[in-house]
Amino acid sequence: MAQSEKEILDGLAEIVNEETGLDTASVELDKSFTDDLDIDSLSMMTIVVNAEEKFGVRIPDDEVKNLKTVRDAVTFITGAQS
Amino acid sequence: MTTSPKQRPGLSTTTGAAHARIWGVGGYRPERVVTNDEICETIDSTDQWIRERTGIITRRQAAPAETVVDMASAAAIEALTATGLTASQIDAVIVATVTHPYQTPGAAPMVADRIGATPAAAFDISAACAGYCHGIQLANDMVRCGSAHFVLVIGVEKLSDFSDRTDRGSAFIFGDGAGAAIVGPSGFPGIGPTVWGSDGSKSEMISQRDSWIEVRDHNAPWPAITMQGQSVFRWAVYSMAPIAQAALDRAGIKAEDLDAFIPHQANMRIIDALAKKLKLPEHIAVAHDIAETGNTSAASVPLATQRMLDSGEAPHGGLALQIAFGAGLVYAAQVIVLP
Repeated sequence: MAQSEKEILDGLAEIVNEETGLDTASVELDKSFTDDLDIDSLSMMTIVVNAEEKFGVRIPDDEVKNLKTVRDAVTFITGAQS
Repeated sequence: MTTSPKQRPGLSTTTGAAHARIWGVGGYRPERVVTNDEICETIDSTDQWIRERTGIITRRQAAPAETVVDMASAAAIEALTATGLTASQIDAVIVATVTHPYQTPGAAPMVADRIGATPAAAFDISAACAGYCHGIQLANDMVRCGSAHFVLVIGVEKLSDFSDRTDRGSAFIFGDGAGAAIVGPSGFPGIGPTVWGSDGSKSEMISQRDSWIEVRDHNAPWPAITMQGQSVFRWAVYSMAPIAQAALDRAGIKAEDLDAFIPHQANMRIIDALAKKLKLPEHIAVAHDIAETGNTSAASVPLATQRMLDSGEAPHGGLALQIAFGAGLVYAAQVIVLP
């Protein structure tokens, strides 16, 4: 079932927090995973796999490099759910 | 018109041992230590980044003239010493490697010759980082079916010959070394059922860059081994955790029964993520040899096993889950009784 952008953002923030310990409030739409949140490529992959499970979507390996910001990830997940 | 086959005499067959186990392990680490700082001379990176990304602090590098046969033979002699067996008792030598730099002859016959095991059966297997665990399964079957009484299984790599020190994705990962085990008959099951398999659709994930034909005909540069790091991480953690669990299940063992978890030393982040996915209780020792050895592909599981036994981290006679996975993609996992 498609979720709202806010629900997806909140869910993603929880996943990021579990993987990195970062405060959920710091996971904002315009933040870059690498430059702003200091998440490396392997942690990113863990976040992606957990997001697949949480949101019931598939995020292929070659799509991951396009998810540069939190907004990119939320938009992708929203699109994949609909 | 068909003719009836003439009366055919029956074939004799072999009967092997009821069970097999690993009698002993040995390892060889080249003398030269390569630090992260040295690696950073040719890639734009830092010691800190390499440690965080991989857990590697140092790795070993074979001398220029030191060959895969040299290293494999040294590890084999250590294993023979550990078991008290003589080379003449070895019936088969299996060398798992992807860095022996000849299409032919294989490394194994030369290793057998070097250590005094001729005329043992001797052949190489190419199963990348999973080669040693494949070799243990083959040896197990050979001993139990009676093809061999004692089998020497060696994982050996000179990855420094096939690494690109300017490739920011892989320059820091690889190391050189060799590990060996001797498998022989046992009064109790010492090697559990192997869960193994492949996925050739992902063969580009870890690969020599170009084929030798492309090097010859199109002047392609020296074909180093490259990896799609993120994809390998995902596969190694999320596809291999169920394989490790299956190896436990098929051995009739629960995670809490284990004394040690010895995964292929691919990357500390993969090792730790696998241990977490398997929900391994804290008392179980997890191999972290990669910190000082790097990723030595086929040599990594036996070298990690040797270190854990020598240091006392893992008990002789204890239970270990070993799993290895690599280029192909291929994988193999089994529970073993530690020698």
